[in-house]
Amino acid sequence: VIEVEKGPGNTVKLEFPSRPENVGFARTAVAVFASQKDFTLDQIDEIKVAVSEAVSNAVIHGYKETSGVVRVEAELDDGGLTITVGDEGPGISDIDWAMEPGRTTEPGRMGLGLVFIKAYMDEATLFSAPGAGTRVRMRKNLTPSENE
Amino acid sequence: VGTALIVRMSGELDLHTVDPFRRVVDEALSSGQAKDLVLALKGVTFIDSSGIGAILGRYRLAKEFHGTVVAVGPRPAVRRVLEMAGVFSVIGTADTERQALARLSAAHHDHGSK
Repeated sequence: VIEVEKGPGNTVKLEFPSRPENVGFARTAVAVFASQKDFTLDQIDEIKVAVSEAVSNAVIHGYKETSGVVRVEAELDDGGLTITVGDEGPGISDIDWAMEPGRTTEPGRMGLGLVFIKAYMDEATLFSAPGAGTRVRMRKNLTPSENE
Repeated sequence: VGTALIVRMSGELDLHTVDPFRRVVDEALSSGQAKDLVLALKGVTFIDSSGIGAILGRYRLAKEFHGTVVAVGPRPAVRRVLEMAGVFSVIGTADTERQALARLSAAHHDHGSK
């Protein structure tokens, strides 16, 4: 087994108000950033959907009646891309519940956001607690993992 | 046989851009101006769960008024997302708008003959 040592990552940070019109900005910005590495076009499309879902969740659930800051951090390393999307909203009390397909607190929505994130990214973890905001961290490997 | 509304969409369908789509379609269906929907998706370059939610929501409303929805020509990237969400298990597809309209009239003909 050859251990490949990963070089220092290249990181960008975005901060913007939780407006729906910024969802498109965030996914495009991350996609352009990711294009520095040899992701396939399909992988870039998948990254765009995942970022779109995570930022939409922050806008819809993080700041339902209010407005706040959404933070997106993207880090490229030799193996792929790690993205963190965070809000300072009310948080989620039951993360396992929220991760299940079809779960939503908003009438008229499908509960598909996290399903897409899980399907399109190689790893996805939700960090949240009531009153502590929500962060989703997701990872796209340059070489697709087995479950793709 | 009802009247079909052809909705030609272009650009990115997400949280920000679904509102006009919802408004136009709901207005046409609720007022009885249209019964069936043809969603012309060729020009759509991106869709996420907000866009899918809007499409499935319009499907439900059309169904309430006994209408049908047919999607025309999504690009491969958009088609993949729609497939994963199971959209095509409830919404038919066609290659062209003409084909979609033909399918709709055939569906109503079948329905009427039962």
